[in-house]
Amino acid sequence: MSKNSFLSKKNKMLLSDPLDDNNPITVQVLGICSALAITVQLKPAVVMALSVLVVLSVANVVVSLMRKMIPSRIRIIVFLVVIATLVILVDQVLKAFVYDVSKELSVFVGLIITNCIICGRLEAFAMANPPGKAFLDGLGNSFGYGIILIIVAFFRELLGAGTLFGYPVLEKLGVYDLGYENNGMMILPPMALVTVGVLIWWQRARNEKLIENE
Amino acid sequence: MQELANIFIKSIFIDNMVFAYFLGMCSYLAISKTVKTSVGMGAAVIFVLGITIPFNYLLEKYILKEGALVWISNDFIDVDLSFLSFIMFIAVIASIVQLVEMVIEKFSPSLYSSLGIFLPLIAVNCAILGGSLFMQERGYTSIVEATVFGLGSGVGWFLAIVGIAAIREKIRYSNVPPALRGLGITYIITGLMGIAFMSFMGIKL
Repeated sequence: MSKNSFLSKKNKMLLSDPLDDNNPITVQVLGICSALAITVQLKPAVVMALSVLVVLSVANVVVSLMRKMIPSRIRIIVFLVVIATLVILVDQVLKAFVYDVSKELSVFVGLIITNCIICGRLEAFAMANPPGKAFLDGLGNSFGYGIILIIVAFFRELLGAGTLFGYPVLEKLGVYDLGYENNGMMILPPMALVTVGVLIWWQRARNEKLIENE
Repeated sequence: MQELANIFIKSIFIDNMVFAYFLGMCSYLAISKTVKTSVGMGAAVIFVLGITIPFNYLLEKYILKEGALVWISNDFIDVDLSFLSFIMFIAVIASIVQLVEMVIEKFSPSLYSSLGIFLPLIAVNCAILGGSLFMQERGYTSIVEATVFGLGSGVGWFLAIVGIAAIREKIRYSNVPPALRGLGITYIITGLMGIAFMSFMGIKL
């Protein structure tokens, strides 16, 4: 494959589409569990996004290479084995290098296995496309996933604790002297749902073709 | 006995799978359009959680935990296989789901036609794997406790999905802003239900 065709318009779409029009979280409704649970602070959210990036793009390539050999009846089990192996690797790396974050993510690293974003992309894309394209699709979708994670975590950490990456931004800006208080509600689980709900509202108000008609 | 009741109540209300840990959100959002299908899905989740958690508990206790292999010989006292737990748990879950599906199909066609379509979905439902991982993390001391925890988590998930499905059926008659229709409003309602469930948090059991 020449470089020119690799970066063709169609392939660029694979990368850019999941960022907005076909975002895995807000439009495809995939991978929500982890997105909500680990967005209390920015740091675990970034680590989670990177882990998903690695697992999804590698799994996409592996499954795409094997796509002609996998019998369709047992494909889910094959997917799960590929994903579980990758997740174990990621988990061990996290435990070795960023132990505190790994503790904070607790079961959610393991839950990347059942993160529907990965099974969904393997089923919908990697089973029907060559490895190069599958890799781009994996990258694109993990960016789309990561971007939502980071936006939600940004607001939750800033409004809930007044920090960003643990750095006390609001305190340095002197907002507390004006009588501002942290909104402790933002740290609690229900506000993650409301934040994502508002994000979806904003996205659909801007992009009317995404509106659902029930 | 009281201990078991505590675990049961706690896993339903305080550590609710959906509202406190967001587990199984994908199927929760996708299948909650009508009460009827959500009852089927909820029942299937209770069923599968009630079976897989005790299985994985035995796996954890006799194979995976550090020093768990001493029942074979004392040479294995230092062996710690817990890094394999993800792949073992998911393999157990996928095969039990497959097995349950076949057994139900054989012995109870009517149950199969109501639960059947949901069972394959459950293998990749994070509530199931999450249940096993929480069981491992919290270290329940006996298989009975683990089973009660599994059933309780299932009942909690059932309550959540049936509740949201009932609300979604009613909300069809309301005038929701167009951009918020469908997914957006479902998120926000779930958030509000989560706040309601948080009132159980203060209860000490």
